[in-house]
Amino acid sequence: MATREQAVSRQNNRTYLTLGVASIAWYVAYTVLQPVTEYLTYSILGLARGSRLGDAVAFFLYDVPKILLLLGGMIFLITIVRTFFSAERTRALLGGKRVGVGNVLAALLGIVTPFCSCSAVPLFIGFVESGIPLGVTFSFLIAAPVINEVALVLLFGMFGWRVAALYVGSGLVIAILAGLIIGRLGLERWVEDFVWQIQFTAAQDDSAKMGWDERVERASAAVRDIVGKVWLYVVIGIAVGAGIHGYVPTDALADLMGKSAWWSVPAAVLVGVPLYSNAAGVIPIVSALMEKGASLGTVLAFMMAVVGLSLPETIILRRVLKPQLIAVFVGVVTVAIIITGYLFNLIV
Amino acid sequence: MLTIKILGSGCPNCQQVEQIAKKAVETLSVDAAFVKVTDVRDIMKYPILSTPGLVVNEKLVCAGRIPSEAEVTTWITSALA
Repeated sequence: MATREQAVSRQNNRTYLTLGVASIAWYVAYTVLQPVTEYLTYSILGLARGSRLGDAVAFFLYDVPKILLLLGGMIFLITIVRTFFSAERTRALLGGKRVGVGNVLAALLGIVTPFCSCSAVPLFIGFVESGIPLGVTFSFLIAAPVINEVALVLLFGMFGWRVAALYVGSGLVIAILAGLIIGRLGLERWVEDFVWQIQFTAAQDDSAKMGWDERVERASAAVRDIVGKVWLYVVIGIAVGAGIHGYVPTDALADLMGKSAWWSVPAAVLVGVPLYSNAAGVIPIVSALMEKGASLGTVLAFMMAVVGLSLPETIILRRVLKPQLIAVFVGVVTVAIIITGYLFNLIV
Repeated sequence: MLTIKILGSGCPNCQQVEQIAKKAVETLSVDAAFVKVTDVRDIMKYPILSTPGLVVNEKLVCAGRIPSEAEVTTWITSALA
């Protein structure tokens, strides 16, 4: 027994050591990024400071590694947190909670529970079967995709922590309110009938038993997986963003996407809904647009529509929800996102 | 003889699980039948809340994530034992 414990602790020590070295390397890379890219652009490539091409190239060379570093670091941390949660645990936590408290908790758990939209159906059935109210279930199903970790990292990297916090906060409010409204409407009859007939027992939750080296291993796997999937979108997005940054005059978009254009928020949402998988590439472009006069509310509404209201997820949910309920779901969330957009345009 | 079931709607994650399981079976050179379970009603007969799920001889061994080949190998050997 003692030898096994020794082996485990040695394994853990190695994990901590690797983690420490990786964090230092990450920090150094992040710190030297700006001077290195400036040196590269203006001294090695010999581009003039303040020239259009120089600005565009510097923007590209600095932003691509910065966003990829942020993406890697944050996905790692988020996945570590998520190893402490599981769909089973969330279901147990939500069971027996009242409407209201349940909606708030469901939206919060939507951030930390590992979730992929392919899982929306079994999750929905499992939740509803264990007596979690329909509205609370929807609060979870809305928060989980709306508060998207890739989008969060990109917003943080390109707009700073304030905008990132606003994004998370308004995502939570949208999920809670939309869930409360759907719950109040009493739409259980629009859930497909077979859902109520399924006899379901959930497995035991093992998220608490996992060792640290396994958590770290899963987080590393998630970083490889997600960065591997989105890096190309990020590069293309930043390249387009760099072009806009260098060549489009400041305030060129103020009339089109600024606060004064009342229709810009709904238009941004309508454009955003079908753009699901390109969230990673869209944000760098959006950031450059904002620099040229597009307003924050419009940009956030666009973001949420892109990540939150996805066509694939609604198609998947159609298996358990009748078309009327799908329509209410999409309608309520769309209206909530549009209102949030206007709200931000008003206050910020 | 093993029966390995992949539970899920057929998204890229499920396909990845299937590939990993097939590789593990090949390396172990055991006889295994693969079944894809895509109907929600059949998926929910197992205690699963998030897909993809992996079932070895009617026992749910993994849900909601993509396991490593080493893990799948352990599950298969313990199912055969």
